[in-house]
Amino acid sequence: MPKNSNVKRVMVIGSGPIVIGQAAEFDYAGTQACRSLKEEGVEVILVNSNPATIMTDKDIADKVYIEPLTIKVLEQIIEKEKPDSILPTLGGQAGLNLGMELEESGFLKSHNVRLLGTTAATIRNAEGRQEFKDLMERIGEPCAASEVVENVEDGIAFVGKIGYPVVLRPAYTLGGSGGGIAHNQTELVEILENGLRLSRVGQVLVERCIAGWKEIEYEVMRDSAGNCITVCNMENIDPVGVHTGDSIVVAPSQTLSDKEYQMLRSSALNIINELGITGGCNVQFALHPTSFEYCVIEVNPRVSRSSALASKATGYPIAKVAAKIALGYTLDEIKNAITGKTYASFEPALDYCVVKMPRLPFDKFISAKRTLTTQMKATGEVMSICTNFEGALMKAIRSLEQHVDCLLSYDFSQLSADELKDRLKIVDDQRIWVIAEAIRKGLSYEEIHAITMIDIWFIDKLAILVEMEEALKKGPLTPELLREAKRIEFPDNVISRLTGMAESDIKAMRYENGITAVFKIVDTCAAEFAASTPYYYSVFGGESEAYPRRDKKKVLVLGSGPIRIGQGIEFDYCSVHATWAFSKAGYETIIINNNPETVSTDFDIADKLYFEPLTPEDVENIVNIEKPDGAVVQFGGQTAIKLTESLMKMGVPILGTKAEDVDAAEDRELFDEILQQTGIPRAAGGTVYTAEEAKEVANRLGYPVLVRPSYVLGGQGMQIATSDEEIEVFMEIINRIAQDHPILVDKYLQGKEIEVDAVCDGTDILIPGIMEHIERTGIHSGDSISVYPAPTIDGEVKEKIAEYTRRLAAALHVKGLINIQFIAIGTEVYVIEVNPRSSRTVPYISKVTGIPIVDLATEVIIGKTIRELGYEPGLQPEADYFAIKMPVFSFEKIRGAEISLGPEMKSTGECLGIAKDFNEALYKAFLGAGVVLPKHKQMIITVKDADKGEAIEIGRRFEKLGYTIYATRSTAAALNEAGVKARKVNKISQESPTVMDLILGHKIDLVIDTPTQGRDKSRDGFLIRRTSIETGVYCITAMDTARALVTSMETAGGELTLVDVASL
Amino acid sequence: MKAFLILEDGTVFEGTHIGADKSVISEIVFNTSMAGYLEVLTDPSYAGQAVCMTYPLIGNYGVCREDMESLKPWPDGFIVRELSRVPSNFRSDLSIQQFLSENGVPGIAGIDTRALTRILREKGTMNGMITTDADFDIDEIIPKLKAYTTGKVVERVSCQEKYSLSPSRTLADNGPLSGSATFDSEAYAAGKREMRPSMVKELNGMGLKVALLDFGAKGNIAHSLAQRGCEVTVYPALTKAEEIIQDAPDGIMLSNGPGDPKECVDIIAEIKKLYDTDIPIFAICLGHQLMALATGADTYKLKYGHRGGNHPVKDLATGRVYISAQNHGYVVDTDKLDSKVAVPAFINVNDSTNEGLSYTGKHIFTVQFHPEACPGPQDSGYLFDRFIQMMKDYPGTKEGKANA
Repeated sequence: MPKNSNVKRVMVIGSGPIVIGQAAEFDYAGTQACRSLKEEGVEVILVNSNPATIMTDKDIADKVYIEPLTIKVLEQIIEKEKPDSILPTLGGQAGLNLGMELEESGFLKSHNVRLLGTTAATIRNAEGRQEFKDLMERIGEPCAASEVVENVEDGIAFVGKIGYPVVLRPAYTLGGSGGGIAHNQTELVEILENGLRLSRVGQVLVERCIAGWKEIEYEVMRDSAGNCITVCNMENIDPVGVHTGDSIVVAPSQTLSDKEYQMLRSSALNIINELGITGGCNVQFALHPTSFEYCVIEVNPRVSRSSALASKATGYPIAKVAAKIALGYTLDEIKNAITGKTYASFEPALDYCVVKMPRLPFDKFISAKRTLTTQMKATGEVMSICTNFEGALMKAIRSLEQHVDCLLSYDFSQLSADELKDRLKIVDDQRIWVIAEAIRKGLSYEEIHAITMIDIWFIDKLAILVEMEEALKKGPLTPELLREAKRIEFPDNVISRLTGMAESDIKAMRYENGITAVFKIVDTCAAEFAASTPYYYSVFGGESEAYPRRDKKKVLVLGSGPIRIGQGIEFDYCSVHATWAFSKAGYETIIINNNPETVSTDFDIADKLYFEPLTPEDVENIVNIEKPDGAVVQFGGQTAIKLTESLMKMGVPILGTKAEDVDAAEDRELFDEILQQTGIPRAAGGTVYTAEEAKEVANRLGYPVLVRPSYVLGGQGMQIATSDEEIEVFMEIINRIAQDHPILVDKYLQGKEIEVDAVCDGTDILIPGIMEHIERTGIHSGDSISVYPAPTIDGEVKEKIAEYTRRLAAALHVKGLINIQFIAIGTEVYVIEVNPRSSRTVPYISKVTGIPIVDLATEVIIGKTIRELGYEPGLQPEADYFAIKMPVFSFEKIRGAEISLGPEMKSTGECLGIAKDFNEALYKAFLGAGVVLPKHKQMIITVKDADKGEAIEIGRRFEKLGYTIYATRSTAAALNEAGVKARKVNKISQESPTVMDLILGHKIDLVIDTPTQGRDKSRDGFLIRRTSIETGVYCITAMDTARALVTSMETAGGELTLVDVASL
Repeated sequence: MKAFLILEDGTVFEGTHIGADKSVISEIVFNTSMAGYLEVLTDPSYAGQAVCMTYPLIGNYGVCREDMESLKPWPDGFIVRELSRVPSNFRSDLSIQQFLSENGVPGIAGIDTRALTRILREKGTMNGMITTDADFDIDEIIPKLKAYTTGKVVERVSCQEKYSLSPSRTLADNGPLSGSATFDSEAYAAGKREMRPSMVKELNGMGLKVALLDFGAKGNIAHSLAQRGCEVTVYPALTKAEEIIQDAPDGIMLSNGPGDPKECVDIIAEIKKLYDTDIPIFAICLGHQLMALATGADTYKLKYGHRGGNHPVKDLATGRVYISAQNHGYVVDTDKLDSKVAVPAFINVNDSTNEGLSYTGKHIFTVQFHPEACPGPQDSGYLFDRFIQMMKDYPGTKEGKANA
């Protein structure tokens, strides 16, 4: 069926801010789909509140609305832009829900807007729990038995029918709180009672427990003619019980015979046929490990995280094809972009093995439980490709950038065999390391399998890696042993550690014996057809298919690896734009990255894509073949910066700011020298290695002080210390990981925090704008609400900031991007930190000023000047609207995580509020972050003494809005004394009703809780904050944020103004 | 032990020896299925060939004997990148290494199978030798490789005597319907496994007699019919047409099989006689090619064939595309097809080669691909139902006569 010619203007809904469970994969899918739509001459109107995305670029869509994703906003946009269709299946669950709501309310129909792709009825059948169960029953596809209960008696009765164990999931609680597995009636009653209390609607789902079964997924496509294919199947190494987003996943399935494979494949096709999906769909199965029994766990009638993974694992562009299907094409009409000859109606054949590993945030949330459950906790993921499983796993491990590079990286050697058996029962992110130790201690495969339910095939593969460790330790290192170690991807540094030989000697031995990496192509067809796609992965042994070109200048763009807190999608935005800019300037571009969720790892972004770990050795393998003319590291976040020195040793010139200048910005002494020369003040401080030294410096400066490691991103390990004890605690935490660089201790200054991104061509600088944070210093810039243009600093200070920026850029010989954070106290300006590279705010500031700073930085790196590029150097004129970047957190997903804000970054994503009026922009920003108030007009205030004054002012304003205020004893006293009516509530330890009962009454809108300086030790405060988050109550931990919120609420109501960012 | 794969074009791959300890010369082909190596090994169509699996990890789930498509493996050799040292599956009876050794199949592991596949793709299918003799003389070997032909393999792989399969009398005879299996822990502990689930939902073939001509038939062809209730009698490849006609089947099934269809001169002559009757005929793969040759069409050899489980075929009557299992090196030349005799019914979406024919004025349809799957997608299993419907509708059958 050819394209539907009535489709001319399509509105695409994005997925909003990055949160755990809904991350960069939707930028990848959305970007690919938009490009696919534009290719067909369709006009694209894009709506997404997330400014860090590539999909919100004017190159990707014709109209771009970075507005809150609410029904009202979408309706307004539809009325203004009059699209003829909307495509809701590319924006994750968020986008899908919005599309459905618009359809169900009749709004789409009354405005003659078609829902493209899968129909609303189909989505209801797939998403509605009961509808789905009924449909599955009708077509003979089994689901795990389940029932929603509202009291304990019904729960017991239902379990009487289906038997133990059962899984309990309270409705509408976040982070899986209140849920669990019950093996007997005692456990059932206990968990059920608690779950019913936690659930806002008093409901708990009781479900047959299928934990321990194999978890298998199929990515399926179907077109409107009913043609169906499966793109890929995937097997979770972690059996059912761990969310697939947190599991180690392998593609294709490894332990299924053709009978099981085809049984589930037929089932998946049966299901999407019955549902009538048009587009992409993900079907998850649980397969009994010792029989043919299976259950359908879930169906996602849209592109998903798994479909992004499947696309990268196979080369099959699911989102692109889904967009074409939505336009009316059938699979046999869509060309396979990889071969250019065959069509989309085929199933990819892999001739390699793909491993995906989750990037978990436990390095950021030290207090959080590391246990993995059915609630996803990973912020990102890495993927690796190899011709053997062991190698793919080893590559994935070192791609994580979590100080792990082999199965020895977490040390469990102190545990005895019996202790290991107990430890194996804990399902967490370290499980494969525990299994490796269990193998070392002689536990049998069967014993390990009986506890973990991980298939013996995978356990044997871990054993092969352990055996190689032993062989290397024992020696001697013969060329044969080395060849075998490299075949299963032992990096040289691990071999060096195990053999005691120098890494350089190992490398020399490899080269002498011809043990070097070769590169194979991902071609969707196992070499059956010639492929033109330059998508490569490395293996040791065999023939290489990467033929370097030598006709153009060639640049290596280093990607930013997995998405993690502190290094998010923004850096992918920068890498992709830099790649495009280099390409436009006539360069051959090569991207190295390992993140399957991103746009940069789409095979048609750069001239060549190497899907590889970002370690010096892996990069060198590529450099040896490609011999690039230079590499850019300033766009790929800390991941790329860290490779600078290694690249220079390989003889690859660093394009843009030189490595020694990057060092000067990070090295305390060198930097102090520069500040002295340039006459720029900063907070006093010193560098230390030990806790003793730290205390000495702190006492010299006077508390509070800021403690942080150098060369980190996202303020990792950064803390405000108010006492010697705290210094000791923080230093211990920082030094858990061996530090290559000294730790910085600075006097903590409280003032306005200012941030600037600039482009420098060596002489001139261009500052697109100055951003001011709503929160005072002490809260990480990534977690602060950021406002452009800076609203509360005057011209004199702005001039000073521009001048300091110019001086610093000049002193550091910056060529390209520079990011600086300042503190403004009165008219004084101090520098906090300088990063001669791209930053988190680059996409945001580019979009709201309309100045493409990554493109400009790239041109500057190539040799153009700012003037030649048509810009007048200096601080650019301010826009006549406000653009506010609001951080978004995923605290509810991470049980036990401390949510109070501080110098260490905790947010996972961001959204934008843009309007002529400051207050409206602020309102939009909160709205975009999902803060929709008021609801019940009841709130709790409990603040530390220093904040009581501000609490009175803020409390008064909330009172005016009609809020009933509850407060703990001293806060209540302070409020009442000032004439703000506050009801006193008891602390948790006191008699009922306590503040906790109030929260669990599900009638509270908001909690303002400011912890005492430093890490709050009070269990009470922590519990209040956690319970708020887990029951969906908005919780604020800084007075500035609270003030901003009340300001935004005071101006709420009325029509919002819309801004097409593409027209800025 | 080291092993070598020497190709006709002089390329030599060095790897590790697997399976039986002997040298073999054969035609080297590749298969892109990611699962189903056992079904590939036991598919008689591979007689006279050595198979290279493009998926690198083979043997992961061992050998489940009940999944064998015939009684033994047929390829002359097996070429893989890596064999799993521990097979893991609840039904696994033995490892693939043992299976190959027990059945005298030599092989080679540890070679760059992708490089081999690329050579075969670019230069076309060629002959090769698998040997453990490191002192080979390539100049001596290449003429031998060039001289090798698969020869008349059909007679070697076909059954020697006719036999019958008992049809399913109830759906329960087929094992659980796919999706309805339940794990029985007591039975499992007692060493009993549940039967493989079946896709067949209806015993629509009850009472129909099918004559299956075995040119190297995969077991699941007969099974697919028997599971639908048909009474299947399997005949050796060289059975005379008269004998079959005399047995008065309601339909005739021509199976898949190995080798160059044009070498089957005698069989083609018998098939022409079957064509001349009014008995409904359904043919798969070699059977499809032989019917085409019997009715005046031509076949030619593809550069490197279609072998795998991901080939899209389009049903020209409906426009629907199905993913199919395939294993063929030869194909019917539609340029020389007389539309008065037959018209294309299916084409391959990738390369537009013929994938099926519908015979004009006859109750005959034939396909190049494998609706019986095993290994591969089960999407085209509906063709067996189409065949059953044809037997029912055709007035030449008892039932048809009754209907008429």
